[in-house]
Amino acid sequence: MFRFLIRRLAVLIPTFLGVSIIAFAFIRVLPGDPVMLMSGERVMSPERHAALTRELGFDRPIWIQYLDYIGGVVQGDFGSSIVTKRPVMDDFLALFPATLELSICAIILAVAIGVPFGVLAAVKRGSWLDQSVMGFALVGYSMPIFWWGLLLIILFSGVLQWTPVSGRISLLYFFPPVTGFMLIDSLLSGQAGAFKSALSHLILPTVVLATIPLAVIARQTRSAMLEVLGEDYVRTARAKGLPPRRVIGLHALRNALIPVVTTIGLQVGVLMAGAILTETIFSWPGIGKWMVDSVFRRDYAVVQGGLLLIAGIIMVVNLIVDVLYGLINPRIRH
Amino acid sequence: MKPKMTFAAVLLAATTLSGMAGAKTFVYCSEGSPEGFDPGLYTAGTTFDAAAHTVYNRLLEFKPGTTETVPGLAESWEISDDGLQYTFKLRPGVKFQTTDFFTPTRDLNADDVIFSYERQWKSDNPWHQYVTGASWEYFNGMGFPDLIESIEKIDDMTVRFTLKQPEAPFLANVAMPFASIMSKEYADKLEADGKMQMLNQQPLGTGPYEFVAYQQDAVIRYRAHEDYWNGQQKIDDLVFAITPDASVRYQKLTAGECHLMPYPNAADVEDMKADSNLKVMEQEGLNIAYLAYNTTQAPFDKPEVRKALNMAINKQAIVHAVFQGMATPAKNPIPPTMWSYNDSIEDDPYDPEAAKKMLEEAGVSNLSMKVWAMPVSRPYMLNARRAAELIQSDFQKVGVNVEIVSYEWAEYLDRSKEKDRDGAVILGWTGDNGDPDNFLHTLLGCDAVGGNNRAQWCNEEFNNLVMQAKQASDQAERTRLYEEAQVVFKREAPWATLDHSLSIVPMRKEVEGFVQSPLGDFAFEGVDLAE
Repeated sequence: MFRFLIRRLAVLIPTFLGVSIIAFAFIRVLPGDPVMLMSGERVMSPERHAALTRELGFDRPIWIQYLDYIGGVVQGDFGSSIVTKRPVMDDFLALFPATLELSICAIILAVAIGVPFGVLAAVKRGSWLDQSVMGFALVGYSMPIFWWGLLLIILFSGVLQWTPVSGRISLLYFFPPVTGFMLIDSLLSGQAGAFKSALSHLILPTVVLATIPLAVIARQTRSAMLEVLGEDYVRTARAKGLPPRRVIGLHALRNALIPVVTTIGLQVGVLMAGAILTETIFSWPGIGKWMVDSVFRRDYAVVQGGLLLIAGIIMVVNLIVDVLYGLINPRIRH
Repeated sequence: MKPKMTFAAVLLAATTLSGMAGAKTFVYCSEGSPEGFDPGLYTAGTTFDAAAHTVYNRLLEFKPGTTETVPGLAESWEISDDGLQYTFKLRPGVKFQTTDFFTPTRDLNADDVIFSYERQWKSDNPWHQYVTGASWEYFNGMGFPDLIESIEKIDDMTVRFTLKQPEAPFLANVAMPFASIMSKEYADKLEADGKMQMLNQQPLGTGPYEFVAYQQDAVIRYRAHEDYWNGQQKIDDLVFAITPDASVRYQKLTAGECHLMPYPNAADVEDMKADSNLKVMEQEGLNIAYLAYNTTQAPFDKPEVRKALNMAINKQAIVHAVFQGMATPAKNPIPPTMWSYNDSIEDDPYDPEAAKKMLEEAGVSNLSMKVWAMPVSRPYMLNARRAAELIQSDFQKVGVNVEIVSYEWAEYLDRSKEKDRDGAVILGWTGDNGDPDNFLHTLLGCDAVGGNNRAQWCNEEFNNLVMQAKQASDQAERTRLYEEAQVVFKREAPWATLDHSLSIVPMRKEVEGFVQSPLGDFAFEGVDLAE
């Protein structure tokens, strides 16, 4: 197991470097002189243009800029935003808990609904239940998140007035962040009603963010279950008279879950991509919204630092999934 | 609601604004996060709304709803006869805010004014680089380093600015957000504590609201400044709920989760006007979109040719197609909300027949030209490509062939400055300080040729008028000169003036005392909520 872990870690380093090169180069191959863009319609004098270019370090050879950057990254310094002038890492740490909280809730919802419905669809293959579960999954998978989010807001917040429109908690409550997780902080604050408010603010964004992973997980669970249900050992288990619940729940599901766990791991990337839209719609102060703002502001330092940090997280999560996979399925370790 | 009141509904009832324990809270659904809280460092309106118009004041202020300057922290000023010295007398007894993070021990004085300017000006000032990459964009952009000779403290309550040359727009410049006056005492304390960065995170000034807290990308909280020199505010708390999506802002406004929002979607405006719980204010923004001919190249060097082309453009159609009505056709190079706007000028009529005839008389036939379309959407021109296509078809009708060209934005800005540029350029401008000089001289003056003057147009008569106006300190005289300059502009037609976009502000019915700013600011001094 230890060697397996080391091997996986060794692969991570070149991957991370590769991502850093892409993130770094990607921003720089975009056409447009960043200094010129800073001034917009206002014409900047050539002297000032040169001074700003020098100040921001854009006058140095690109590989020196890269080495400089990566040297900082290794020490945890992802540079400072050229717009807000704040360190990228500070902003990331302040905003990441919001994204994490939303993502955890979304993945729990997706698994809690996706897996049972996938199993049911497989067991009742061809029934109306199967048809409708797969129908909903297809719709969920194909739906543009932005449109879906707005639709839910208009219905549940606008017409029915059941949920708040956006934000993380009602403006009524105000307390300093301790963990950055609103559900926990609102409990710690001791203010009556704060936790409920935080929870009610989580409902719609969680549903929106969970939609695609839920669809994917349900479909994956169904097909994995179908495969396993056709195996000899399942037939044997049935033949020896085990109750169906035990055959499906214990014998079949355990093996069917192996590819499902991989799928769940892969959803982390989907969640991060989904968070960008979900956070923008629901004014959710997380890293997705932060990245979008930075792209619009052409804030190179934040975009490249943010990309790198998000890629790093996805890689670590994939590593954890690999390890879990090894635990569930001993064959993988060798 | 149905008998089974849901869990969420109970929550909502608990969270509506009206329920906020006794205190009057005004919630503004702002469109984005401030870049920081030091207005000198940044250029975005969002930042100025969050810092400059809430926490700070300036020596002069813009009179609400106008682009005219009125006394602010300076209660009076004198200008020397040669127009070089501006002596400001500070208002006595102006209190800085007392907050959880700082308790001031003295009132505003000349040291605060000098500190506020010198930190942006002098590279040896310890505050000049207190954040990495501080470039003091507006201080430099408005030409202050080349303009200011010295700033002196005459006595505790008097400050004198000496300029290198007469510059009448100077008074408008000191009313701009970047010129906000900070507390030197607070800055000294931060410096001594080694916490200089906090100046940009926990602002403290003399303004109508004091800063309470900022939760990044989510909420900014302010409290009314109790000792505010211009009177106590009618609301107790001011909250900026950061809501970047316009549709969501609209939903929050309807649900009563906020009282006022900026920048609605064009498609929602009709519904907003029809909603009995809302009211909508609208006004031309401080901007202009134009098509600048290259007046140095034949046949565009002839005013009659330019005039004829202007008459061929159906501006109403552009406003309709590009803005869905959220703009008005422009006849002058400055917006109607700006002082000295010459409303007596008649716009060139849209008359393709007459235009065709004028072109023939000028000896122009089989003309082919390029029209440059910006690749980006700007407030004054949402879709330049669409506008260019409409102009293309308009010009076709008078026998002029148009090829539409475009470049990447930075490239576009750079190439469009070139003196031998081939073609007419669609571009625009959003004003900085509400002074006509900021449009007429900046965009059309002789010394801006090869720079901001995209028409490459240097007309002696026009230039003399704007230069005289720049140096005259009498407002009535300046107004007269600018009005005359607009007549010359219209006659010579270096641009086709296309549109001024409208600024539309929807708010709840109960909002009182909000004044729409022609400068595009969202300032909440004096707002109230009807019971």
